[in-house]
Amino acid sequence: MKYIKFFLVGILFGIVMSKSEVISWYRIYEMFKFQSFHMYGIIGSAVAIGMVSMFLFRKKVVKTFEGNDIHVRPKKKGLYRNLLGGTLFGLGWVLAGACPGPMFVLVGKGVVSIIVVIFGATLGAFFYGLLKDKIPH
Amino acid sequence: MDFILQPWAWYVAGPVIAIVMFLLFYFGERFGVSSNLETFCAIGGAGKLTNYFKIDWKQNKWNLMFVAGAIAGGFISSTWLTTSDAVAINPQTIKDLADIGIANAGSSYLPDEIFSIDTMLTLKGFSTLLIAGLMVGFGARWAGGCTSGHAIVGLSNLEIPSLISVIGFFIGGLIMTWFILPLIF
Repeated sequence: MKYIKFFLVGILFGIVMSKSEVISWYRIYEMFKFQSFHMYGIIGSAVAIGMVSMFLFRKKVVKTFEGNDIHVRPKKKGLYRNLLGGTLFGLGWVLAGACPGPMFVLVGKGVVSIIVVIFGATLGAFFYGLLKDKIPH
Repeated sequence: MDFILQPWAWYVAGPVIAIVMFLLFYFGERFGVSSNLETFCAIGGAGKLTNYFKIDWKQNKWNLMFVAGAIAGGFISSTWLTTSDAVAINPQTIKDLADIGIANAGSSYLPDEIFSIDTMLTLKGFSTLLIAGLMVGFGARWAGGCTSGHAIVGLSNLEIPSLISVIGFFIGGLIMTWFILPLIF
């Protein structure tokens, strides 16, 4: 039962990704063509409100529902990993027209071919695990 | 009800995504979708090949439930909350896509030239889908996060690694949009 709340938050996520057309391949292409404010507005307003949340977490104004402090785990540092990994991700993001979240939402929409993309993404994560000590971070 | 059935504007979607992130932290976890890809590998037995996947994946069950919810949300939204599949993209975008070989842009969520079953069953179509996925999966784990973990959580938390990653997302995205996509179709 303790997992049901994550399922419900996931439903909210799936609905908002779908209703705001973030799961549309065209919206991603349009963003990188600088022909619409839509995606910038979504990410920008999410980050702006996210900053307020982070502030409330840091100041311990908001705690978890169990009363624990909320620590946001810092991201791993490394210029190569962030820049090269990020660039590779960006190439795939536009070609697939979907980042990992929307890929799953598209499954719910009944898009069969997105399964190939998710399989590829899982394989990509697997190859990263195999090669991680041989590539720059 | 009409408001729900129309496409949601950015100023509705952005705040709802922020609420999703808030709730995940409030429930004692975090917001990051691409880590599920590693969980899939661990469940599939990749830990036998490299220590990187020797993780206790049961600790990530909450995130698998989140993904299951996202799938359910996609189903609910497309079945009951959406009246039209058309996406109102910029008319210039429609023209630009016609020029590079993608017809009827915006008439549905996804281009048939990439996602139709017929395309998927060709060697080129299947490879395109697979390679796109490979780049997303490898890139996300290399960078240590995807759009959720870096662009939303990381930027909100003012993290330099996330800023660099998002710059990378843009470099890759612009290269694909302006230089590679025109050569594919």
